[in-house]
Amino acid sequence: MARINLEHIRHAYGERPKSEADYSLKEVHHEWNDGGAYALLGPSGCGKTTLLNIISGLLQPSEGRILFDGRDVTQLSTQQRNIAQVFQFPVIYDTMTVYDNLAFPLRNRRVPEADVDRRVTEIIDMIGLGGWARKTARGLTADQKQKISLGRGLVRNDVNAILFDEPLTVIDPHMKWILRSQLKKLHRQFGFTMVYVTHDQTEALTFADKVVVMYDGQIVQIGTPAELFERPSHTFVGYFIGSPGMNLLPATIDGNTVALGTDTIALDYSPKVASGAKTELGIRPEFVRLGREGMHVRVNKVEDIGRQKIVRAEFAGKPIAIVLSEDGEIPADPRVTFDPSAINIYADSWRVGREA
Amino acid sequence: MDRTWNNKAWFMVLPVLLLVAFSAVIPLMTVVNYSVQDTFGNNQFFWAGTDWFVKILHSDRFWQALGRNLLFSAIILSIEIPLGILIALNMPKKGIGVPVCLVLMALPLLIPWNVVGTIWQVFGRVDIGLLGFTLKALGFDYNYVNDVFDAWLTLIVMDVWHWTSLVVLLCYAGLVSIPEAYYQAAKIDGASRWAVFRYIQLPKMKRVLLIAFLLRFMDSFMIYTEPFVVTGGGPGNSTTFLSIDLVKMAIGQFDLGPAAAMSLIYFLIILLLSWIFYTVMTSSDEQA
Repeated sequence: MARINLEHIRHAYGERPKSEADYSLKEVHHEWNDGGAYALLGPSGCGKTTLLNIISGLLQPSEGRILFDGRDVTQLSTQQRNIAQVFQFPVIYDTMTVYDNLAFPLRNRRVPEADVDRRVTEIIDMIGLGGWARKTARGLTADQKQKISLGRGLVRNDVNAILFDEPLTVIDPHMKWILRSQLKKLHRQFGFTMVYVTHDQTEALTFADKVVVMYDGQIVQIGTPAELFERPSHTFVGYFIGSPGMNLLPATIDGNTVALGTDTIALDYSPKVASGAKTELGIRPEFVRLGREGMHVRVNKVEDIGRQKIVRAEFAGKPIAIVLSEDGEIPADPRVTFDPSAINIYADSWRVGREA
Repeated sequence: MDRTWNNKAWFMVLPVLLLVAFSAVIPLMTVVNYSVQDTFGNNQFFWAGTDWFVKILHSDRFWQALGRNLLFSAIILSIEIPLGILIALNMPKKGIGVPVCLVLMALPLLIPWNVVGTIWQVFGRVDIGLLGFTLKALGFDYNYVNDVFDAWLTLIVMDVWHWTSLVVLLCYAGLVSIPEAYYQAAKIDGASRWAVFRYIQLPKMKRVLLIAFLLRFMDSFMIYTEPFVVTGGGPGNSTTFLSIDLVKMAIGQFDLGPAAAMSLIYFLIILLLSWIFYTVMTSSDEQA
């Protein structure tokens, strides 16, 4: 269990990166608190796995330092860093029994056999493979194999951190939920520092205290699920978190007035926007009110998703999504208003705050 | 049932039937024919029954040759398989080294058998051969023409040189198919180099190793050309393997009857071993 500091980490897979674009991972400078549960969220290829492998030591960063509890571990091997990591696809030692698979990381570290037995039995029960302990791992199904992988990650209780690289991809939805709750429970019980990579926002938001959103090789926002929802600091976060994502409308800012096509909205503050920047207004579909007053929209389609309706409409020539309650009515001449507190202004994709 | 019966379809099988008849069945039956008869030339044949088979099975010459074959196969397998694995493990996995290594490895396999034999026949000669001459100049009493041990050593080194590559290439193919995640997981689990080999690489190579083992066993059990070119079966009969003995008997001595009987026995041995290996292979597949 440790506090992990990433100091100005950058990574490029090719030799001699020339421009910023050559870096798969752009500068990351961040502290992971001891005992924190973090989710690294982002689309495929955004550098999540790269960052994870740099923390575990499978990859040497091109630049920067990694500190565990203030101690520089950049040059240390994975084994010396004492990290557990679970991979996306099951890795099992298929000539060994399920029990031996789980005991493997402990025996490699010369843990006394009595402790090995105690830990392995505990983990086997947790992943629900009690009856399989003495069977060879070869004949198991994919999700049983992944449970073994997961179990091997959890079996050591002295690790500095446990890293999960989309570990539940191959597990079926029902089991996913159970395993995730067990991970969460384990986290509360032992206080491991956990970093969980995923591209599934539900998984990220339910697992983590803090979600780190990555996009195109850089961290675009670190925050609690509520912060990501209410104040996305980058248009990507707005789009990626939430279903449907945030509405982004091209806007012209003049003082505290925002012009959207022919309509204008007055803000209670004046965003400081550099001239020439591409400015947008972001509003989540949950905060768009559909009624008889406000700005004109044209409704194209209504999707009923059970407890809510999603209205797909056109506003000032741009598509806009509106979330309507189940019994919400669509008036004959539909108009919208935006909840003023939920409006975010973006300049060149980055949020311009009240304070800026 | 509305099934159309058209026996003309059998004509489709005819070409294959003819091909197999002329390439396998008829030659084999000729051998069977010889094996149960005796001849003194002039195309006159006398019925001999199982006499030749009894004679072959009671001859020391046959059992000694068979023993040499088995010993030779055992020795080269116990060298080539571990050596092949060792080389494959140390081959580069990416970069310019890969094609270079693969080409170097493939080279011996591209050389025809008799050329390999000739190369080593000349290479090992003490008067003009680089190897023989050097060894002699260094003070070793090396001469594969006179010395049984040296003759065997030369044949074994030659076979290792010629065929280890095959094992290497097969093992390498097995190794590169192991996903990177296995090695990463092993690092995370703190596995030693030996544990990685024992629990990841070896199990993943098992199937290709089985194939390598089979190919090398069968090939070495049928070995003919190289020892024929290098030692001609000598000194004495010390490197006379079954195949060499067979040719000596059939063409050298023109003992067609015994030679035919011996080739049938040889054939049955190979058939038996192939069947055993096939069974072993398929049963291990079922487990997988």
